Amino acid sequence: MGTPILEARKLTVAIGDKIFCRDLDFVLHAGERLAILGRNGAGKSTLLSVLAGLRAPRSGEVLIDGASYAALGARASALIRGWLPQVRGDAFASTVLETALVGRHPHLERWGWESEQDAKIVRQALAAVDLSRFEARDIQTLSAGERQRLAIATLLAQQPKLLLLDEPIAHLDLKHQIAMLELFAAAARERGAALAMVLHEPALAWRFCDRALLIHGDGRSECGPVREMLTAERLSSLYQYPLEAIESDGRISFVPR
Amino acid sequence: MPTRRRALLILAALALLALASMALALVVGSINIPLIDVVHALLGADDGVAGEVVRSLRLPRALAGFACGGLLALAGALLQVLLRNPLADPYVLGISGGAGVGALFAILLGGGLVVVNGSAFVGALAAMLMVFGLAHGDGSWTQTRLLLTGVIVASGCGAAVALMLSIAPDHKLRSMLFWLMGDLSQAGDPSLVLFVLAVVLAVCLPFARELNLLARGADLAQTLGVAVARLRRGVYLLASLATAAAVTQAGAIGFIGLIVPHLVRLAAGNDQRLLLPASALAGGSLLVIADTLARTLVAPQQLPVGVLTALIGVPVFLFLLTRDARTRR
Repeated sequence: MGTPILEARKLTVAIGDKIFCRDLDFVLHAGERLAILGRNGAGKSTLLSVLAGLRAPRSGEVLIDGASYAALGARASALIRGWLPQVRGDAFASTVLETALVGRHPHLERWGWESEQDAKIVRQALAAVDLSRFEARDIQTLSAGERQRLAIATLLAQQPKLLLLDEPIAHLDLKHQIAMLELFAAAARERGAALAMVLHEPALAWRFCDRALLIHGDGRSECGPVREMLTAERLSSLYQYPLEAIESDGRISFVPR
Repeated sequence: MPTRRRALLILAALALLALASMALALVVGSINIPLIDVVHALLGADDGVAGEVVRSLRLPRALAGFACGGLLALAGALLQVLLRNPLADPYVLGISGGAGVGALFAILLGGGLVVVNGSAFVGALAAMLMVFGLAHGDGSWTQTRLLLTGVIVASGCGAAVALMLSIAPDHKLRSMLFWLMGDLSQAGDPSLVLFVLAVVLAVCLPFARELNLLARGADLAQTLGVAVARLRRGVYLLASLATAAAVTQAGAIGFIGLIVPHLVRLAAGNDQRLLLPASALAGGSLLVIADTLARTLVAPQQLPVGVLTALIGVPVFLFLLTRDARTRR
């Protein structure tokens, strides 16, 4: 299958003396979609930022396209991996178009300015997240859901092979939740992107991902195909709340008892 | 959509403004010298009083004012990005406080101009190293921690300044107050500040697009290909150097470093590729105009130029702010 796009080797992630996961090993190849699930504070976002090269692991290593972040350097890394942050603070006013154009940064030379080609890519990304009419709007006037979709458009404009998504459907209405997840699935299917996303809805993980990583928050973690991982029994133990699985039309949903 | 063409047009307009402000500073004064004579004097063709006034009094003062204004505006723009805080100015991190302590101490001991300037620069560097060292700590400095450390060091310096003012003999108070408010009448040779302005601009411009990303958040910038830790250290050193040089030359001229980047941002947007050079040109021009007014409005009395920068800047800023609020949806 060639070099994996993302590889975690013996990864231990910890803050202070709290260990989130121990000796984690997994690989993501082109087109594979991994869901990361766990309780609040279990370390999902911390793990994702380690995978994104933003934070050093306690031990072990992360490889993208077979190389470490340190060996690649910031710019070469940015051409491979993209990261969707969970929180954003906009200190300064800026238009929607300018904000999405930021995604083109790693593709430009030091003295380069955004070209018509870059603008075209960005406009396609804005159209894909249903923000075409918002180009000239100030980002400080957007709703939380619109701001979330703009962050997704910025990520799409970056065109990375590896998408690390921290709660990609937070703040979104139902229609846009499905639309954005379809968009990511299409990126995996059509241009071979690898996805790792933190989700809080097991049913959507079941539908849109092929593997799931359960983070228990005490150092234990389990990784495997969604059908094995996302069972009522395992999820009840993960969330420490009884859940019931309900199947209809070949889809599954999990309802709190 | 930001384009290079638009940026160059705006910079050309600001360069014209800078030239006009210089011309004004050379023409106007206790004796008015017609522009044509100013040109003769600059070309060295006039050996009379007018030529002497232009070449050895007005030109150095105008150039020093331009360089200091440019440096302060540039430092303000850089720190607003570094701290991701629109209220940041060159003095927020205590650099001018340190310079003030150094300068006032030298004045108190009766030092001459060179000693006062040297002492101010040493004070600025000491404050800069102290803030950087304390905020850096275990290596994980955040904007909040840097800002708080700077604010605390600045207020410590403020207390030291107040102490020196209260024990200073009366005949030294005036020069101390003028230093604190910012004053170009003792400016001296402008070549060093002009050189620093050129260096700071030349070093930060290649990183302007990376600064655009830094303004949107360190982690986002890192994942989009910016080596954030190195960039932050560089920006901090550059902004500190710019502030220290300007403050040493002309005292703590207020307001330029806060207001000019905002004026440019409101008028031309927040793209650092345009904002940084535009702030330097606009800050330089504003300070030259303000200084010309400061030495002519109530001549032969001279006003501290810091008062004038605020009097010009406040109404312009408020106008742009209300206009901005109306056009925004």
